[in-house]
Amino acid sequence: MALLQEAFLFLAAGVVAVPIASRLGLGSVLGYLIAGVIIGPFVFGFVGETEHIMHFAEFGVVMMLFLIGLELQPAVLWQLRKPILGLGGLQVSVTALAVAGIAMLFGLSWQVGVAMGLILSLSSTAIALQILGEKNLMQTEGGKASFAVLLFQDIAVIPIIALLPLLSTSGGGSVKAAEASSTYIDTLPEWQQPLVVIGVIIGLILIGRYLMRPVFRFIAESHLREMFTATALMLVVGTALLMNMVGLSPALGAFIAGVVLANNEYRHELEANIDPFKALLLGLFFMSVGASIDFALLAKHPLIVSLVVLGLISLKFVILWGLAKLFAIQGGYRYWFAFALAQGGEFGFVLLSFSLQNQVLPAELVDILTAAIALSMVLTPVLILLNERLVQPLFEQGEAELHEEPMDEQHNPVIVAGFGRFGQIVARLLLANGFAVTVLDHSATHIERVRRFGFKIFYGDATRDDLLHTAGAAKAKLLVIAVDDRATINKIVEMAKHNFPNLKIYARAYDVVHYHELQRLGVDHIERELFLGSLHLGERVLQELGMRAYQARRKALQFAQHDQETNQRLSDFELGSKKYISISQQARDEVIELLQADRIQRQQQEQDNAWSAEQRAQHDV
Amino acid sequence: MDHRILIIFAHPALEKSRVHYRLLKAAQTVQGITCHDLYQTYPDFMVDVDQEQELLTQHEIILFQFPLYWYSTPAILKEWQDLVLEYGFAYGQNGLALRGKWFTCALSTGGSKAAYQADGLNHFTLRELLRPLEQTANLCGMVYLPPFVIHEANDLSEAEIDACAHHYQQLLKQLQQQSSVQALTRLSYLNDLSV
Repeated sequence: MALLQEAFLFLAAGVVAVPIASRLGLGSVLGYLIAGVIIGPFVFGFVGETEHIMHFAEFGVVMMLFLIGLELQPAVLWQLRKPILGLGGLQVSVTALAVAGIAMLFGLSWQVGVAMGLILSLSSTAIALQILGEKNLMQTEGGKASFAVLLFQDIAVIPIIALLPLLSTSGGGSVKAAEASSTYIDTLPEWQQPLVVIGVIIGLILIGRYLMRPVFRFIAESHLREMFTATALMLVVGTALLMNMVGLSPALGAFIAGVVLANNEYRHELEANIDPFKALLLGLFFMSVGASIDFALLAKHPLIVSLVVLGLISLKFVILWGLAKLFAIQGGYRYWFAFALAQGGEFGFVLLSFSLQNQVLPAELVDILTAAIALSMVLTPVLILLNERLVQPLFEQGEAELHEEPMDEQHNPVIVAGFGRFGQIVARLLLANGFAVTVLDHSATHIERVRRFGFKIFYGDATRDDLLHTAGAAKAKLLVIAVDDRATINKIVEMAKHNFPNLKIYARAYDVVHYHELQRLGVDHIERELFLGSLHLGERVLQELGMRAYQARRKALQFAQHDQETNQRLSDFELGSKKYISISQQARDEVIELLQADRIQRQQQEQDNAWSAEQRAQHDV
Repeated sequence: MDHRILIIFAHPALEKSRVHYRLLKAAQTVQGITCHDLYQTYPDFMVDVDQEQELLTQHEIILFQFPLYWYSTPAILKEWQDLVLEYGFAYGQNGLALRGKWFTCALSTGGSKAAYQADGLNHFTLRELLRPLEQTANLCGMVYLPPFVIHEANDLSEAEIDACAHHYQQLLKQLQQQSSVQALTRLSYLNDLSV
């Protein structure tokens, strides 16, 4: 019953606090942390010692890395090697050295300093990735850099665990790393250990690549959903255990397993199954961090603890910011990166207790540092909030200036929104014919790239009416919508129709359904984005199959015409309705008839005959 | 009732044209005339045969308006003939759709009238050079009328072009009401018709 009671408390606290925090714009992480503090021993004391819960909940981090791995194809991971090794390596080493230096200034020994440095250099994967994911920043420069650093830290934990006992001030006599963790691998002779580790990783990769596919298929064919969930969980737990056995970080192992499965067709099913567990466990983890904050210690040494927390955060922030600058992370993302990682990490707790066992650090220091790490984690969502509310707005302006060369009102007859593969062709054709075009795009990197080729395009979100106004929409003749997202296209159409009724709108449609959507929105001209390219390719195939070029061109054009007419006929009916389907079927038959009975061929035959008959008749007379 | 006139117009670069642009504008102001711009309607040369045949049957007078290219029509107008004048529609035993309609051309040339003579640069008169069209009309059972011709089109002043356009407009109106075809067929150019 005690277990159920505890579970209920945690769930209830989460269910109450997180939606409120989300509603207030504080983010889920802060919600969980506050919930943890409230039910923790120092406020209501509903739950006591939370260390065991924290250990259990840390498994959420393992799952998180497994999921991240799933999203990351091996090729993408390979592209990240530079930031992982460079940025991650520098972050850990520079932070460790800086902390060590400061510690020695305060009169601590170099061993204590280095141990502190290594432990504090780690950031919280759980918090940073959760926040960046929630803000949809994982695919940005800042998100990728953060991920690279966190991944390096996860790898670095292994050598740090090996290194810490060597820093023991009590003459190295006490518990050794190996004995402390007492894993299977330590029973092997030293020379075999690396071989076993490599063997296990290769085995993991081979199993993931070749064995899991048939296994998943077998399970999927059973049509028992819970079996798939069980398999997914078993996979992650098994990987974690295997990694523990050979002394590697379970998170790292899960990550590798994820990457190996990233190309697997069951990937999305796996994600969907693991995700709720991950989310709940991480929530539990954040709550246990909140509950573990030792407010008694804080009350006893308020000055020291707050100084350590502030020092830790600002030192990490400065180093991260500097490294981001060094690695040319652009503008606003530099702050996201620095704020997201400027805290102590969950591995820090583990390493601190490990250091205590090995007598590397004195108990009092460990207590203070544990409190400092927990507080720095609690403060992270607060800092992120400040970043979002105060720093980023300033910065967006700066960024706009950087990219924009502030757009004076433009007076070109045509505005092209979106300068990707589609918009580029439209705009280049117009420019080549001497028409002035105002081009908008909202990807800064994209703009930079094409600007090198001499195109002048403006940074901006075409769904904003003020921006379109500055682009000259009130006086322009035409707006070409060439962005690739259909929701965005519709949004621009609606906004432009409403604000600039005289502006003609030519838009790109994703497919036939979208074509009809745009038609209903009153777009003046619509092109399906893949239609002409596909048609031309088909025409070339007809040629390759022996049709003469002129015939092939005519067949393709006739096909296109008929398709367009069918489209018009279908536009009044709802997709999938009976009428829609019957018209489509009818059209399919028609087109075959049409193409097989091309007039020009039929004519050729008949006319040739007619002419000879006519001439013969004349001759006979 | 007035004759309905169908102007089948072919000019691949109307935007650069001085003469035909003005002629076309003038024609468009006349009630009961259909102006059909082939290069604008069929940029891919995919002439819609059914549509064209339908148009032909709705009119009594068919007029090709074009600049003379290599003693003949611009390419799309030839394509139009190749496709639209089908056996069974325009000629042949059952091809009676055009029977009795009047056919004429309105064209411009760079050369002078003197250049289109046996002793001139082009060795043939314009009437001789247009024989293929004349015979086409004949075969389709149409009455072939003399052409309306603007010579030395590149050397005309703006005022002269305006005068031509006005003349064209008047001629078209006259054609609409013309009852006797003999009065027309004996002319050498339609230009000579008194309006």
